[in-house]
Amino acid sequence: MIAFNKYYNHFNIVSTLLITVSLILLIFKGLNFGIDFKGGTLIELRSTDSKINVSTLRDKFSQMNLGDISVKKFGNNTDYLIKFENNNNKKNIIEEIKINLDKSFGNNFTFRRVENVGPKVSAELLKSGIIAISVALAVMLFYIWIRFEWQFSLGAILALFHDVIVTLGIFSLFRLEINLSIIAAVLTIVGYSMNDTVVIFDRVRENLRKYSDIKIFDLTNISINETLSRTIITSATTLLALLAIYFFGGEILKGFSLAMILGVVFGTYSSIYIANTVLVRLRVSQKTVLKEDDNN
Amino acid sequence: MLYFSKLRIIFITVFSLLFILIALSNLFKVEDSFFNKKINLGLDLQGGSYLLLEIDNTPVIEQKLQNLTTTIRNYFKNKDIKINNIKIDKQNIFFNVLDADKQFVIDVFKDENSDINPYYPRFKSHQLVLEDTGYNFKINFSKQGLIALKTSSQDAAIEIVRRRIDEVGTNEPNILKRGNNRILVELPGLDDPMRVKSLLGKTANLTFRFVTNNQNDSFGVEKLKYEDGTDEVIVSKRIIISGDNLLDAQPKMDTQTNQTVVTFSLDRVGAKRFGKATSTGIGKNLAIVLDGKIISAPVIRDTIASGSGQISGGFTFQSATDLALLLRSGALPAPLNIIEERTVGPDLGQDSINAGIIALIIGFLLVIIFMFVKYKIFGLITNVTLVINLFILLGILTLFEATLTLPGIAGIILTVGMAVDANVLIFERIKEELKNEKNNIVAFDSGYTKSRTAIIDANITTLLAAVILFFMGSGPVKGFSVTLGVGIFTTLFSVYFIARLFTSIYVSKNRYREKLI
Repeated sequence: MIAFNKYYNHFNIVSTLLITVSLILLIFKGLNFGIDFKGGTLIELRSTDSKINVSTLRDKFSQMNLGDISVKKFGNNTDYLIKFENNNNKKNIIEEIKINLDKSFGNNFTFRRVENVGPKVSAELLKSGIIAISVALAVMLFYIWIRFEWQFSLGAILALFHDVIVTLGIFSLFRLEINLSIIAAVLTIVGYSMNDTVVIFDRVRENLRKYSDIKIFDLTNISINETLSRTIITSATTLLALLAIYFFGGEILKGFSLAMILGVVFGTYSSIYIANTVLVRLRVSQKTVLKEDDNN
Repeated sequence: MLYFSKLRIIFITVFSLLFILIALSNLFKVEDSFFNKKINLGLDLQGGSYLLLEIDNTPVIEQKLQNLTTTIRNYFKNKDIKINNIKIDKQNIFFNVLDADKQFVIDVFKDENSDINPYYPRFKSHQLVLEDTGYNFKINFSKQGLIALKTSSQDAAIEIVRRRIDEVGTNEPNILKRGNNRILVELPGLDDPMRVKSLLGKTANLTFRFVTNNQNDSFGVEKLKYEDGTDEVIVSKRIIISGDNLLDAQPKMDTQTNQTVVTFSLDRVGAKRFGKATSTGIGKNLAIVLDGKIISAPVIRDTIASGSGQISGGFTFQSATDLALLLRSGALPAPLNIIEERTVGPDLGQDSINAGIIALIIGFLLVIIFMFVKYKIFGLITNVTLVINLFILLGILTLFEATLTLPGIAGIILTVGMAVDANVLIFERIKEELKNEKNNIVAFDSGYTKSRTAIIDANITTLLAAVILFFMGSGPVKGFSVTLGVGIFTTLFSVYFIARLFTSIYVSKNRYREKLI
């Protein structure tokens, strides 16, 4: 048996630090919103001319007066991702760019992807994204509230917040782009983190009923150990699947799978070191669950 | 938990085989209509354009208010009430009446059988709201009036959009209403999205009007630019004929001038008016105005009584074809703005499919190897179940002709990773039970029973996340929630029916063996 409970305090400090740093990053550095939430235009180009490189392309684009523009390599050596604000929302901007590129480089580019999101739509998407995550958190709270006692709910929700905030904090730190698929990833993380916590809590509750003489400090440790191999195996298979998406699923899914990988790692960690420590700190005992049984 | 009746075994087998068959039907052309279903590929996988159009209703509202001022003036004139200082700003009409007439005017607008202010009994609301500001009267559209106006212009616009897209001839376009002022257009496998965009971006409001120098034209005049932006001329506001009068329009090569032109033919009313105008206006310039810009303004040399003619204006064959198309399909009631566009080229779509399939295969293999190493024979059972699970999932997506997107494929891969969770929970529980229980059957039985609440809890949380995503998400992300959500059900089915069936067969054959798992 591994003595997870020996490190409860240490990791509580670590978690608090992680959350604090993430919050500071989120507040002061903010998130790097993609065009889905900020509005603007995105173009994915593929060149057939190996002489063209990213700096010549960047020069060409900066001459086109498109406002704040970013030109980057995208996965492949021949692929480029161009993003700009498109503030004046010109209608034929893509056509103009195409003509401009053809003039300077010959007919060597294919437009693989074009996305253009107006300011109104991006504001709506951001709003619905925030609502979706809030609703998800609220629904989870409600679910855990009807399934468990309030001490458990608090533990699960704290773990959930931790996972979401730290994942977003890492995205903020490395300026990784937040787009629609990241919202999907965050929601899945919420589901996964909850799933992981619930399995351990289920066991804690069962053990609370079984043993009246073991303190919650040790009882959580027993429960974590009993469910440990399941926790590891499930995290491992999920991570294997996600790594496959990250490395082989193409550029478009990279951000999504990265967010999910972070979420699974933190979700597993938080189930052990946040959810359970809340139970310990709230001095949950056999009485907590038996009282509930009487009520039912 | 381990007992299966014969009937149930048959049911499980038939059910699984059925869905495997349906899933496989994606790979073959099957004549039978039931198996003819296929998973639709999303625009991000097959390539195509997603366009969200917003109708700009401000000109419609202004036009309606403009018409309304005339109506109001005439209506009250007949009642011997003088309307003074009538004027319009963008959303309101203002006017004054004598104090003595005030109550009468208010009553007219409040009357449920009012001639000028239609009443919607269903919503208990009039079309217009009249407000006495103390200084004057203010009229604007009520909430319901505005909704009715928006809905009707949306209905008209979607019809025109449909016609224009049909004329371009894309396969299986998807044109839907969104809210009361938006239209969603999905165009799979489009070669030239720019052409469609430029076709949808034009209102195509065509008018024929005289060029005039007379500033005192009783209909009013306005200064208009030529389409190439070179010149400006003064044009009367009086409309001789409009796009509504057109029966047909076609591009044509004029053999005499070697120019591409658009020929048109007019309906009876249009032909009559055109004939009259061309006979009285010989020597004058007739401006052909499209969306506020002059295409050309030829001199009338002869009376045209045939009701047909041609427009020249330095067209290329493509631009003449597009203009003819726009004229044939009619004018939009209001301008459309493309507020969101997502276009994926077919080669990127194919690359995404390939990457998705490779990731799926690799993810699948990794999980299968892991499970086999960890659980040996029970890993094998889990793996076989996982394969069947995957087929059932694909079968259900096929049956409902769901749309598979790239995030949707990610959802399937994630399902593979998470699907083993339930089996792991069960097997780990059985291991624990076996520590105290010597009888294999009893241990397996209670392993299944005792792990059930955890499994259900765990799956409900993921399902909740998927459901929320389904309702809040858009486009490709929605595809992710579908595969993730359906994946939960297929996983539970395969764990509790298929894997349990295999387990029960294996355990009953080896019931006395020690260290079974």
